[in-house]
Amino acid sequence: MATTAEGFDAHGTEHGHGHDAHDHADHKPAFFARWFMSTNHKDIGTMYLIFAIIAGIVGGAISGIMRVELAEPGIQYLQWWAQFMGGGNDLNTALHMWNVFITAHGLIMVFFMVMPAMIGGFGNWFVPLMIGAPDMAFPRMNNVSFWLTVAGFFSLLFSMFVPGGTGPGAGTGWTVYAPLSTSGSVGPAVDFAIFSLHLAGAGSILGATNFITTIFNMRAPGMTLHKMPLFVWSVLVTAFLLLLALPVLAAAITMLLSDRYFGSTFFLAAGGGDPVLYQHLFWFFGHPEVYIMILPGFGMISQIVATFSKKPVFGYLGMAYAMVAIGVVGFIVWAHHMYTTGLDVNTKMYFTAATMVIAVPTGVKIFSWIATMWGGSVEFKSPMVWAMGFIFLFTVGGVTGVVLANGGIDDNLHDTYYVVAHFHYVLSMGAVFSLFAGFYYWFPKMSGRMHSELLSHLHFWTFFIGVNVIFFPQHFLGMQGMPRRYPDYAEAFHFWHQISTYGYFIMAGSMIFFFVNIGYALFAGKKAPANPWGEGATTLEWTLPSPPPYHQFETLPVITDAHDYHDHRPATA
Amino acid sequence: MGQNTRMKKAILAALAAGLAAFAPMTVMAQGAAPAVAAPATTAAEAGTVEGAQTAPGAEALPGNKTPAEAAAAPAGEGAYTPMKPTKGKGMPTNPESGEPGAMLKSIQFQDQYSDNGQYALWMHDVILMPVITAISLLVLGLLLYVAMRFNRRRNPVPSKTTHNTLIEVVWTIVPVIILVIIAVPSITLLARQYETAPANAVTIKATGYQWYWGYSYPDHGGFEVVSNMLDDAEALKRGEPAKLAVDNRMVVPAGVPLRIQTTGSDVIHAFAVPSLWFKMDAVPGRLNEKMLTIKEPGVYYGQCSELCGARHAYMPIVVEALPPAQFAAWIKAQGGQMPGAAAAQVTAPTGAPAEAGPSTTPAAAPEAKPAA
Repeated sequence: MATTAEGFDAHGTEHGHGHDAHDHADHKPAFFARWFMSTNHKDIGTMYLIFAIIAGIVGGAISGIMRVELAEPGIQYLQWWAQFMGGGNDLNTALHMWNVFITAHGLIMVFFMVMPAMIGGFGNWFVPLMIGAPDMAFPRMNNVSFWLTVAGFFSLLFSMFVPGGTGPGAGTGWTVYAPLSTSGSVGPAVDFAIFSLHLAGAGSILGATNFITTIFNMRAPGMTLHKMPLFVWSVLVTAFLLLLALPVLAAAITMLLSDRYFGSTFFLAAGGGDPVLYQHLFWFFGHPEVYIMILPGFGMISQIVATFSKKPVFGYLGMAYAMVAIGVVGFIVWAHHMYTTGLDVNTKMYFTAATMVIAVPTGVKIFSWIATMWGGSVEFKSPMVWAMGFIFLFTVGGVTGVVLANGGIDDNLHDTYYVVAHFHYVLSMGAVFSLFAGFYYWFPKMSGRMHSELLSHLHFWTFFIGVNVIFFPQHFLGMQGMPRRYPDYAEAFHFWHQISTYGYFIMAGSMIFFFVNIGYALFAGKKAPANPWGEGATTLEWTLPSPPPYHQFETLPVITDAHDYHDHRPATA
Repeated sequence: MGQNTRMKKAILAALAAGLAAFAPMTVMAQGAAPAVAAPATTAAEAGTVEGAQTAPGAEALPGNKTPAEAAAAPAGEGAYTPMKPTKGKGMPTNPESGEPGAMLKSIQFQDQYSDNGQYALWMHDVILMPVITAISLLVLGLLLYVAMRFNRRRNPVPSKTTHNTLIEVVWTIVPVIILVIIAVPSITLLARQYETAPANAVTIKATGYQWYWGYSYPDHGGFEVVSNMLDDAEALKRGEPAKLAVDNRMVVPAGVPLRIQTTGSDVIHAFAVPSLWFKMDAVPGRLNEKMLTIKEPGVYYGQCSELCGARHAYMPIVVEALPPAQFAAWIKAQGGQMPGAAAAQVTAPTGAPAEAGPSTTPAAAPEAKPAA
């Protein structure tokens, strides 16, 4: 068994520990140093997960405010909220408050819930474990990434309490379209929102470089790229998307700032600019962004489905390269978000065709997951039910994507609730189901405690019903013409809006099971064994105790040639 | 196919009542139209009935001016009274209305009143919906089958199969074929939506303001109609759906090609009418243009569909399609004039209309003439 013990001496000393490899493994720094100056990928991952849960509570509460407001036509509660945020009592401020909520909900869920949980949380925790590395390549940069994200979150929250034009807060939508975000929003709120994106974006770019370096350089001996677990593949592809897409966003929003304060006219027609340019820049980032949010989920689902089917994942190479393909194609379909801006016919035809192409690699993944279960010995443990829920709901969200891909059909559906339903099916059911699946899958590993299967299953079923009741009727609303981002609507839309709001309460109630489950596990859960999931769990993290030692793999595991990519464990377990 | 549609439209146009007054549209207005980036120009509107009437954002006001507009008409012939909307036409269906079929209607697209809309609706209902329903049910069925057949109890010993080249090829190729099948009508639909308006189409320019619409009629003297949302009480009093009704509608002729142009004066808005399958952003500094032919008279409701600030939800759109003769009367009541009304018939389509692509419609125009 190869070792690289020399290489770890430096690492050990850095933490002020002795050289005894076995001893210093569990020496943890004191509280402040451990959590505020952390260089440990597992601690940083934990912080990311806690942060994502907190942000998710905030973003979820905002969606509750919105759903309650939308339960009836007319303006019910917005005036109260406007005053609560320090705004005036007039109708315009109340209506502006609505736009602040949709903006905050979108930005929080995208940048401060899904991304930190998937990449920051599970990526940090399990990429090093799965490739047999002791930590991330740049542990300090890892820490910087996390705190930049936290700072970005505070900047966004702060923006809700400062003037943003018609009232407090940035009411531009998460897309921050010019000129609403430039000449259309006077006051510092939009600046803080933009700054928030800068901070979160910088954090993500640092994180992406860290993951790419880690995955390319720190795999255990013998673990070739084609032997990496699919979750690692998914994070690798995601990291590339982040690295290529986020700088474009950073540029676009910096141009917004420049238009706002330095007299430039990038997006101002009167000065020779064009508002549509901003949309091109934004969506050149924005479309890869939606794959950034779902690809790590794909990776997790692959691990989970294989584990609980007790069967290697079907078509490993196809699965890996399907993700690469989705990542590549994700960069050349952005203008399908802009079908109604006045694109010319050829452009629209191209983007229609290119967008539909994405359905092919996505279909490969869906069918490969099912084929993995086929012939397997499927055990319906909590992660598995979430994964199966994911597969179905993501399919539903995916097929409405095929409808929307058609530029001519989109003419009617663009900016309606149909689009809202579509992207919540792929995100709030796709991405979020994969997050819960991943959470239940790895919680015993991370905490060393078993959660309750009963509570997890209750959580699943109530959540499944809740989100479907919320979002399925929104397809109807969209087809009937209900536009997005409206706080008020015609009487005809009332019925399905009300149903949708009932769904929210079911969903919110289901989260009680989640939090009770965490509490139960942490305080009363059984101790988790190294591998609670049995023979199907073949990745390296299950060879370590639960929770893993503070530093792991100081003696690197060796993956021998005899192993194919179905078994990621070292030669001698 | 394109030619056919144009012919159909032309014939429709010819048959429409009172076309005589209407047919000799000249291209005169073309030159004036592309005034990009100058929203709310002054000269043209100065002499209109509407002027700059309702103060933007004054919610209580809108009701006031409309009677004035109605009052302006009686002097002239063909007094215009806003058309009563037809329930279930051009507006969303309320599933709680208790009418038979309302629930079913409320979960589908609105009925369509343009050719392209009907084609798109056909494509959605006949091609896309069955395909996506089948795929979703297939995946659901496979998952349920796997759950029942390959669970731990019934299949304690898992197979180790990880490859099957044939099936992998199949589930790559079959989706490709399905997508190609979808792509054919999809591309056709796009091509139809981008047909250039014929030279004699009626031009209406919709300008989005925070937070109301302005509709100007460059072919008819360039006046602009300012359109504000009615408050709920007023809308209900008039028998119109609340939050969708406006004081001054965008009045257009039915059955003839319209050249709809959109632009924004401050931020981006979007001009959208679901029952006409029509949505086009109103972008400051751009003049977007698309042809629309409304098949029959009616009132068609729509709403702004691009986030434009606080009152984004309160700038609805109402398109009222009238028989051409009544449209001409309305134009007159607005103080505008029908193009070529003064001159005798200007016949042959004048040389090159401003935005005539190679596919412009010399074919259509002559069709329409004989009626005159």
